[in-house]
Amino acid sequence: MSETYSSFRAGSTLWLLQRITAAFLILVLAFHFFWLHFVNHAAEITLQGSAVRMDELGYLITMVLFLVTGAFHGVNGVYNALVNQGLTGTPKRAVKWLLVLAGALVIVQGLRVAAAMSGVSV
Amino acid sequence: MSESYDRGLIEDFGRWTEFSAGMWAWVFHKFTGWVLIGYLFAHVAVLSSAIPAASQTAAIAGGTDVYTTTLQALESIFLVRVLEVGLLAVAVFHMLNGVRLLLVDLGIGLEVQDKSFYASLIVTALIAIGSVTTFITPEVVPW
Repeated sequence: MSETYSSFRAGSTLWLLQRITAAFLILVLAFHFFWLHFVNHAAEITLQGSAVRMDELGYLITMVLFLVTGAFHGVNGVYNALVNQGLTGTPKRAVKWLLVLAGALVIVQGLRVAAAMSGVSV
Repeated sequence: MSESYDRGLIEDFGRWTEFSAGMWAWVFHKFTGWVLIGYLFAHVAVLSSAIPAASQTAAIAGGTDVYTTTLQALESIFLVRVLEVGLLAVAVFHMLNGVRLLLVDLGIGLEVQDKSFYASLIVTALIAIGSVTTFITPEVVPW
């Protein structure tokens, strides 16, 4: 069998961006889980410890990119899944802008969290 | 050599008994994707406790700021630890199946996509089972 299934129209810009962000997220999500669950256990996390990690510029940039690409990949995935279910016309436009707003909100709030953590003196 | 056939609507979940491996991979990828985006919003909401906590200088040093106490209170709940194992399973499957999708998009492994789906499920199960002792530690077990 050689049929494949996707909610995306192959070759579109959103299709390409979904795959580029996927390739990045596979690496960063694996690192995130490994670092914050298997090396540093979640139960032992403190704001002081989070601030020390966020004090590393490379870590901070990686986490900000993780937030932005994760939000885009998730929101874009939901949008395409809904379109694939047959969403059209005004509901499609309404859902699109609702998801753009939701994605923007989670990114802004995540950036506020990152700024708060990196603002703590370590 | 690819051949096309009418797969019908996978979106019609009433046909689930007729689904092939590729269709199940599609369904699981959607399901795990919905869980992960839902979790992202919940995760950012919980981590937002860092915003008021950042000004609690003395409490931060003592580990009694609102961020630390919120996270540690959540981590003391057995159900939260069980859900973390579930979240890991969901994330691992989404990542492994995502690799599979990326490879298929590049024309690699198209003929073994059924086997690679089963492999994704088996590896996910092994990692989830192997992580149980990391997440579910004796102090949170209620019995």
